[in-house]
Amino acid sequence: MSTATDYPFGFLDSYAKKEVRRTVLKAIAIPGYQVPYSSREMPMGRGFGTGGLQLTLSLIGEGETLKVIDQGSDDSVNAVNLRHFIELTCPSINTTTRTQEATLIQSRHRIPEQPLREDQVLVLQVPYPDPLVIVEPSETRRKVMHGEADYSRLLVKLYEDLVHFKEITISHRYPTRINGHYVIDPSPIPRYDVPKLHQSPALLLFGAGREKKVYAVPPYTLAEPLVFDDVPFRTEDFTDRVSGERRACQRCGSRDSFLDEFSDPNTGGKVYQCSDSDYCTQQQEQAHGE
Amino acid sequence: MVNDNISTPTLDKVLEVRGLGKVYGNGCPHCFDLTGPEHDTNICPRCGSVVAAHNLSFDLCRGEILGIMGESGSGKSTAVKALYFDEAPTCGTAVFYDQGNAYDLYALNAAQQRQLRNQRFGMVYQNPVLGLNFNVSAGGNIAERLLMSNLSHYGEIRQRATTLLRRTEVLTQRMDELPKNFSGGMQQRVQIAKALATNPPLLLLDEVTTGLDLSVQAAILDLIMEIQQELGTAMIAVTHDLGVIRLLAGRTLVMKYGRVIESGLTDQILEDPQHAYTQRLVASAL
Amino acid sequence: MSDQPILEVRDYSKTFVLHEQGKTLPSSSHVNLNVYPGRLTALIGPTGAGKSTVLKGIYLTYLPSSGQLLYRTANGGRVDLATADEHQILALRQRDIGFVTQFLHTLPRQSTEDVVAMPLFQRGVERGTARAQARDILQRLNLPERLWGVSPATFSGGERQRVNLARGLLAKPRLLLLDEPTASLDPKTTDRVVELIAELKQGGTGLLAIFHSPALVERLADAVVELAPPPGTEHFFEGTTP
Repeated sequence: MSTATDYPFGFLDSYAKKEVRRTVLKAIAIPGYQVPYSSREMPMGRGFGTGGLQLTLSLIGEGETLKVIDQGSDDSVNAVNLRHFIELTCPSINTTTRTQEATLIQSRHRIPEQPLREDQVLVLQVPYPDPLVIVEPSETRRKVMHGEADYSRLLVKLYEDLVHFKEITISHRYPTRINGHYVIDPSPIPRYDVPKLHQSPALLLFGAGREKKVYAVPPYTLAEPLVFDDVPFRTEDFTDRVSGERRACQRCGSRDSFLDEFSDPNTGGKVYQCSDSDYCTQQQEQAHGE
Repeated sequence: MVNDNISTPTLDKVLEVRGLGKVYGNGCPHCFDLTGPEHDTNICPRCGSVVAAHNLSFDLCRGEILGIMGESGSGKSTAVKALYFDEAPTCGTAVFYDQGNAYDLYALNAAQQRQLRNQRFGMVYQNPVLGLNFNVSAGGNIAERLLMSNLSHYGEIRQRATTLLRRTEVLTQRMDELPKNFSGGMQQRVQIAKALATNPPLLLLDEVTTGLDLSVQAAILDLIMEIQQELGTAMIAVTHDLGVIRLLAGRTLVMKYGRVIESGLTDQILEDPQHAYTQRLVASAL
Repeated sequence: MSDQPILEVRDYSKTFVLHEQGKTLPSSSHVNLNVYPGRLTALIGPTGAGKSTVLKGIYLTYLPSSGQLLYRTANGGRVDLATADEHQILALRQRDIGFVTQFLHTLPRQSTEDVVAMPLFQRGVERGTARAQARDILQRLNLPERLWGVSPATFSGGERQRVNLARGLLAKPRLLLLDEPTASLDPKTTDRVVELIAELKQGGTGLLAIFHSPALVERLADAVVELAPPPGTEHFFEGTTP
């Protein structure tokens, strides 16, 4: 039976890592541009975060501190498995659940509540890298559209949303223009997280393993959600329609975090709590410490 | 010396096409010698290439409608397809004059071509599927062209779309419906509204009334004439229909097997055709 | 009023080549005539003499086979219509040269007053003003007011001819070609047409006209040009069927 020690540090061989790193450099150099790369086979199905994983494995070094989250939680099955795999193949790294302690954060569906710093890198797992795929099936034509920054057909989608629903109904993967040119699919983060892309001090990397693409929002880069001049971008609204107040997390009481909605198994009513479990925990600790 | 010093109003030239040609296939040195009306074919017998159009030259002025007439396979659509950048010509030049600039169309890069196509040219196809996005509402189709020309104010886009649809006599209550629910004539109206969205100085019409009921045809032609008179839009109308030519075009080119066999004032083409083919065509239609 | 002709037709000939029948058909041969500002020249001659051919030739509806069609423009320049550019001809038709035929092609939806006002619209006259003038001339030509707002497509021959005349006369061209303009009009309307033509002449328009009745030639013409059928025409009219 083979053990983890049969594999090089970081599982990938050094050539694979070098290629990913070169790809990352190109992605940083051309903000928002989807750089193709030869996504390697990983010992897990594509679609389970292999794109993000390859980025993490190629970038992490000895002594660095990793945090892995899925939908805001460090404890979900996916996050646990990915963290376990990375720990196994990168023996000398540290892991943490605390956002501020991590040097590298791999995430799916969320950007942590706590503001990121310049010395941190966030890797986001991406299922569908191209925002134009909903309006143009041909990749050749999509490439031309990206090249010419022709996103009018995406805006038509928003127009149709406004016509039919009186508002833009995109909840996740909100198309966002990076550095005034390329529009990216920012991965399935909620609209709530989109403003965090803008002028982020931390480097944001996006990896799509199945689609073999890497793209980046470099630190301090413009990131503007596609909107109409007279229809401002809105993030999720957690206001309770009855009380008129913003809902609070039932665990930590925070009123300024992204909330998940649950139904209470006892009462059958709706309860809300922070989606970012680390943030929630730290808020509770702070409350106790005071 | 006659013909100088003429006090005609300065004609604003919109378009100057010279030697435009389109060959499908590899071509050979004999393609042009062995095809054309005198050979009764546009397929080169040596190499099998199709000479869709050869040596097409014409000028188009502001407010003028030029008719291009011919049967299917005559190459009459080649010019409009090439001008709208749907297909690249094999040879020839086209210069578009707009707001003090002259654009050598086939020397422009793809982005510049797209910009002209989106903002300064309008196209109405025979088949609405080519001109309209059927997954998007009638208003959304117009919005698309406005968005392409960088208008990004939702309210303004709605306003413009409403005005355009009203102008082309589409019930504005239906502007949020998908065009597939519309009749053929109504789809053409939406196409015309879309083509006009950016007030283009050049409008290309490719068999716009073919396949429509006669009464609907008449109404569409009326609309086109009104637009020409109101906006001074220069147009090229491609058709096999002499009636359309008679109503719309001031000047006409007659094409056969990829060649212009005759050109002139439309009334002259219809009443004193010079070429045997045109004489036959006119005689059979009257 | 100038003594310089507004139009000089010099040695104009027109022969139709009918490819299908393998025939050539001479229609006008060596026609010479002048039209002067403020005067009416009448074309007379038997059927087949090519009277209409000359008018259509001057209007460039027929391509000339040979000869010159020298037109004097408002600023004194001369254009040979026979060799002029198509765009020049279109521009002259819009501003300078009018043609009233017996036929009228109009769009189904256009109201009669708009049909009549069209030449003025095309010259950029304000629409309200142009329509007012159109109504005025329709009134003078006795076209019933209830018809002004509808399309002439369904009109009778006489009604259409009045619309056609109204349009041609309202445009006040510098040169007006008339091809049997009163053929289907009642005497009273014909009188009105005579009046209007006299007004145009006063305004300096040069006219070249074909009338169906010698009486009208008598009343209106300042000069008469008689055309004879060109040599070779007889064969055609004797109609020896092959």
